[in-house]
Amino acid sequence: MHPAIDHFARDPHWTWFILFYFFFAGIAGGSYLIATLLRLRGDKGDEPVARLGYYVTFIVLLCCPPLLIIDLGQPLRFWHMMWRLTPNEPGLNFKYWSPMSLGVWGLSLFSTFAAISFFEVLVRDDKLRLPIAKRAVALLDGGLGRVVNILGSIFGLFIAGYTGVLLSVSNQPIWSDTWTLGGLFLASGLSSATAVLTILSRYRRGAGVTHEYLHLSESYFTVLEVVMLVLFVVSLRGTGALERTFTMPWLILWAVAIASLIPGITGLFPTRARVAVSGHGSMDVTVHSGGAATAATMAFVLIGVICLRAAIILPVHAW
Amino acid sequence: MEITPGRSYGFFTDTSVCIGCKACEVACKTWNELPGPEPTFGDGYDNTGELGAQNWRHVQFHDNVKDDTLEAGMGTAWLMMSDVCKHCKNASCMEVCPTGALMRTEFDTVYVQPDVCNGCRNCTSACPYHVIQMDETNKVAQKCTLCYDRLQGSLEPACAKTCPTDSINFGPVDELREMAKQRVETLHSQGVTQAYLYGADDSIYGGLNAFFLLMDKPEVYKLPNQESSVLPSRNDAGGYLGSFGAAVAGIFAAVMALRLRRPREPEPATAAEPPAPTTTDEGGK
Repeated sequence: MHPAIDHFARDPHWTWFILFYFFFAGIAGGSYLIATLLRLRGDKGDEPVARLGYYVTFIVLLCCPPLLIIDLGQPLRFWHMMWRLTPNEPGLNFKYWSPMSLGVWGLSLFSTFAAISFFEVLVRDDKLRLPIAKRAVALLDGGLGRVVNILGSIFGLFIAGYTGVLLSVSNQPIWSDTWTLGGLFLASGLSSATAVLTILSRYRRGAGVTHEYLHLSESYFTVLEVVMLVLFVVSLRGTGALERTFTMPWLILWAVAIASLIPGITGLFPTRARVAVSGHGSMDVTVHSGGAATAATMAFVLIGVICLRAAIILPVHAW
Repeated sequence: MEITPGRSYGFFTDTSVCIGCKACEVACKTWNELPGPEPTFGDGYDNTGELGAQNWRHVQFHDNVKDDTLEAGMGTAWLMMSDVCKHCKNASCMEVCPTGALMRTEFDTVYVQPDVCNGCRNCTSACPYHVIQMDETNKVAQKCTLCYDRLQGSLEPACAKTCPTDSINFGPVDELREMAKQRVETLHSQGVTQAYLYGADDSIYGGLNAFFLLMDKPEVYKLPNQESSVLPSRNDAGGYLGSFGAAVAGIFAAVMALRLRRPREPEPATAAEPPAPTTTDEGGK
């Protein structure tokens, strides 16, 4: 970024609704991707967590449109994002260079895939027993199901990441001084999705076998997040934005956000114990903390993800 | 005066003759029925504060009077400037607007369609001039319309009509640019060499329909300089590439986690495992 860029833009008052939309968008996109990767791996033992991922995606996505719509000055005109009303120019509103315009369509398409997968797992879990629904889901048994999951994952990744690009494509200090926000939000979105799935898998029968995968992926996603954070700081050098970002009271948010990365990093070095197996030998077993402790740790990770977004969104606003 | 659709119209604001009377602010508010926020009374002559949803003209006051000397000011002891929407050729607000509410009129000005705008405030985050703002009453973005309604009736904008010193000039942009060039030459010949034009050529956002004759650096008037005259879309490619890189790395990380986990063993019943829910978990793929 050019250090000489000096704008006088007014802040857009995108605060709490948008902050939580960004948070939920990361969880939804990440959950869908993880669920799909588990399915593509083809191990039936992972299916409970894969289904959980699709449930989480859909339910979390339900929160997103209301947050976006309530934040509008004229909420009932939300559809103006999609349909052009300029006289003599009717048609769809699609501006690929405007992340907000692209995001509207991305969110709509992702919601479609999320809804399909949600109803699919509802039927597979016998929560929905309509014969017509079962016949419809049968169509997804083969390649079509995989195509749906893969396309949904692509849109999910877009939704998790475009939120950062939306901030960057502005003339705001900090936001427009870096190219890293999309990647940073995407990485923390993957981390938050894994945290949510880890917490909720305690309540899903048969999900325990996927716990180790969730722990491991949480650690890898955290490493990715750390890399993006370093790039974020490096990209802001010389722009004057670092002084504005890393100052009180935002330092408190940064402290929580960075502290929440510690469990993920330490997870790369799990404690291993040698235990006897059936009196015939021994084996290495990864020792994880108890379920409640893990859930508390993952809840802390989620708080950190919120704090990270707050530490980036709030400093440009006048308080 | 004859105002022809299809021609580019704008303002040439000559700050060297602005006397800070604020008649432009009053005329603008009167014609456009803008009550405006409560004025503030601080240490200065500026009671308006800033451009915004209710302030479509704002006279800036810059006090350069030195405390310890009595030098001739050469017009710079006090700098006054009637600020307004620049109606940029390459407008940041138009670029990001997702609804198309921000449009270019037949007079080549930038106009917010109040019945189309839904108050997303993306334009607010983009405008580098601190101009456009969501109005707290009607909850849509508002800014100077360059008196679109008056232009349609062949009337010049209210601010230009009322300006007593002709600091604000209205007309076709090409004619205004010629007038501005001559004014700068006159000032230079009189020794006022600091006078220059801001936005009269295409170096600032492709050219500003509302451009200025300034007496100091752009930053003094809270105007981005030429190097800073960049659009929000400059970050599209970098932002999406960064996201794409992170997405690829994220997928790689997730796949590696799948490959590196230990081979599956039969799951023992543990205390952490909850009682069986009502789901059957059958029929997985």
